[in-house]
Amino acid sequence: MHTSSTLVLVLAVFGASAVEMIEALTIVVAAGVSRGWRSALEGAAAAALVLGVLVAVVGVPLIRYVPISALRTVVGALLLVLGLSWLRKAILRASGHKDLHDEDRIYAETVASLSSPDAEALEGGSKDRDSVGFVVAFKGVFLEGTEVVLIVISLGASQHRLGLAALVAGVAALLVGAVGVLVSRQLSEVPENTIKTAVGIMLTSFGVFWVGEGAGVHWPGDDVALPVLVAFFALITVAYTALMRTKLSAAASSR
Amino acid sequence: MKAAIGKGLRVFGHFWWDFLIGDTPELAVATLLLVGLAFAVDHNRLAGAVLLPLMAAVFLLLSTVRGRRRASGD
Repeated sequence: MHTSSTLVLVLAVFGASAVEMIEALTIVVAAGVSRGWRSALEGAAAAALVLGVLVAVVGVPLIRYVPISALRTVVGALLLVLGLSWLRKAILRASGHKDLHDEDRIYAETVASLSSPDAEALEGGSKDRDSVGFVVAFKGVFLEGTEVVLIVISLGASQHRLGLAALVAGVAALLVGAVGVLVSRQLSEVPENTIKTAVGIMLTSFGVFWVGEGAGVHWPGDDVALPVLVAFFALITVAYTALMRTKLSAAASSR
Repeated sequence: MKAAIGKGLRVFGHFWWDFLIGDTPELAVATLLLVGLAFAVDHNRLAGAVLLPLMAAVFLLLSTVRGRRRASGD
């Protein structure tokens, strides 16, 4: 496997894990502030552990027992569905047709719901532990992390680099978590849509590449075709975003 | 026990339905078409390398336009 595809794998997994963990961090911080840090951090750690086990339990047998061409076709198709939908959403958000992901709003809503009288009444566990905070943090990390697990397994298994993919995802999650703890709040200033766009471009490129490889298509230059695909989909994304912006201004001026 | 397994299967099915179909069924269909196209042009270096990314770009545009229409209520 060439350096170019390894580099794209590292960037795609790192970006995907970082962006999903920013969303998870919002929920963990909200749970920590409203219900206590110990339970929130334990919930987040438990979810991360379950996600890691999932990668090992699903990913390792995939590499060992599924023929590589079948694996690449299926993985390519999964990455295409995921990549195209991330890109579509990112284009609609960047062009103003869809609201940007608002971490501040999600944070405020989560804190409000966890501080409500109903939530207070659900308090359980010992003095130091709060089951509501644990469950909310667990769910936040687990749900946001599921997509990362799929990306890690897909990219890692198709290139036989599952360990590297899992390591990169873990490092990204730890980095986001550490920054979140240091600043002690959710990371609303991070250009989440830009990261999501970049990851969408890489996932779509990988998807097209692996679907072709799995079906027996010979890419000119082999793995060198991957950065070319990334550049192609980056151009397409810029063009579509500009096109959608003109549609928005045309609609606004006709009103 | 049966109820728990049934619930687990429903949650599992719901996750994959949301993941693969969700509110963009056209992208799932597009992916199937792209896989079919890849097998149809296998071993043809130029056709595969040109058609696959090009068709993916076309499907992305169609889905984005659909998303824009849904967002603006056209």
